[in-house]
Amino acid sequence: MAYSSKVIDHYENPRNVGAFEKDDPTIATGMVGAPACGDVMRLQLKVNEQGIIEDARFKTYGCGSAIASSSLVTEWVKGKTLAQAQEIKNTDIAQELALPPVKIHCSILAEDAIKAAIADYQQKHGGQE
Amino acid sequence: MKLPIYLDYAATTPVDQRVAEKMMEFMTMDGQYGNPASRSHRFGWQAEEAVELARSQVAELVNADPREIVWTSGATESNNLAIKGIAGFYHKKGKHLITLKTEHKAVLDTMRALEREGYEVTYLDVTPDGLVDMAALKAAIRPDTILISIMFVNNEIGVVQDIPAIGELCREKGIVFHVDAAQAAGKVDIDLQQLKVDLMSFSAHKIYGPKGVGALYVRRKPRIRLEAQTHGGGHERGMRSGTLATHQIVGMGEAFRIAKEEMAEERQRFATLRQRLWDGVKDIEQVFLNGDAAQRVPGITNISFNYVEGESLIMALKDIAVSSGSACTSASLEPSYVLRALGMSDELAHSSIRFSIGRYTTEADIDHTIKIVNDAIARLRDMSPLWDMYKEGIDLNSVAWVAH
Ligand SMILES: Cc1ncc(COP(=O)(O)O)c(C=O)c1O
Repeated sequence: MAYSSKVIDHYENPRNVGAFEKDDPTIATGMVGAPACGDVMRLQLKVNEQGIIEDARFKTYGCGSAIASSSLVTEWVKGKTLAQAQEIKNTDIAQELALPPVKIHCSILAEDAIKAAIADYQQKHGGQE
Repeated sequence: MKLPIYLDYAATTPVDQRVAEKMMEFMTMDGQYGNPASRSHRFGWQAEEAVELARSQVAELVNADPREIVWTSGATESNNLAIKGIAGFYHKKGKHLITLKTEHKAVLDTMRALEREGYEVTYLDVTPDGLVDMAALKAAIRPDTILISIMFVNNEIGVVQDIPAIGELCREKGIVFHVDAAQAAGKVDIDLQQLKVDLMSFSAHKIYGPKGVGALYVRRKPRIRLEAQTHGGGHERGMRSGTLATHQIVGMGEAFRIAKEEMAEERQRFATLRQRLWDGVKDIEQVFLNGDAAQRVPGITNISFNYVEGESLIMALKDIAVSSGSACTSASLEPSYVLRALGMSDELAHSSIRFSIGRYTTEADIDHTIKIVNDAIARLRDMSPLWDMYKEGIDLNSVAWVAH
């Protein structure tokens, strides 16, 4: 399968690979996917007191498109409020990376990872935000 | 060293230079381009002579009589002809066939087609090492079983089945025995005077011959009858009509001749290269060799790398041409059915790689491959949440995954 140059760039030079301490109250963790389906994404957001995402990390088990989608998302969420991050759409991710139709699920998973991380943050903070 | 390094000889091989040169003599105006079926002039006689020489070259590699060799377009057609041909001819005797879950699609899909026509097929499980469970095979045999089809060498994991023992069983029970030997010819010793095999499929392009030509061995004593699947001018004693592709056939003959000459030496060399490859990766954590460690051909090595995903692994291995354990062109990743038949989890199947070495593989190729593989695994595991979890001692089976 031919990959777009953007997918290859993110795959070869992934941004923000790593992990934060998940029990830290400023850290939001979202893990989505399943090994049996061939992709698992773990996205972590570091959220400051103003509710702005200061930093992000990911680790992904998945194809090149899955890795690229999660890498891209870590760049996009930085500086955004949780509400703004919530607005990121899989179609934007797919378009930016020029994902072929069979790889759209990777962008959906990345969007789900953001939503899961935000839900984790809200749960940690007693449902406010 | 030329990049990418070709390590997919089980998929196909380059045509040996000697073979290509022979083939060239049978195409153009200054060559022997006649139709082997033309009886009225020397163009035809010469072409026929070349075809018959090739027939004996193929027969010699497997110790058969040349009259037992039927030309086809490849092992796919040979498998179709053997299985449908037997089903068509012996259906009054019974409508039950037995095969393995790990067979090539050319056998499995042919069986499926017969099922749609009212035949019954048993798809046998294999052992976790990929071998036939003889007790299970015996138990599957019924009074109406007419054919057992079992491959010699598996194309994904390289295991070699006990064809002599299965042949004895089939003969004792009076069941026709077909063997897909596409991956076996030129790799393992095949003696059809000794083996109780009735039909055997061959392909040229797996052993440095051209694509698009193969053969079916059809035993004469005791005589095996087939219902033709391609009708026409009655070529190949009525079993397979169609003008013979002289240049292809000549190429296959030459490839089989070379294989007979060089097989012993090649087997030694491949065994050394295979060991070198395995030694270079076996100390990586969570790496598994698939298929029986002893009963396999040296050319095919299938390895699972746990906690890295197959497609990203293939991407990381872009400088080596290998096959992956998943068909990742479809929307839903399909793990290899062969690896699944070994009882392997989907994720381990996804992260499996088949390295197949061949005539032109060098030590330098293997050394470079080892380096690329080690780097890729380290990099991808560093990015893998599953690897983290494994390192933390979390049992991945206990996690409530959100499937999508
Ligand atoms: C075991 C086995 N059987 C059959 C085939 C099909 O052979 P061919 O490409 O000659 O049709 C192959 C190769 O793909 C094979 O590996």
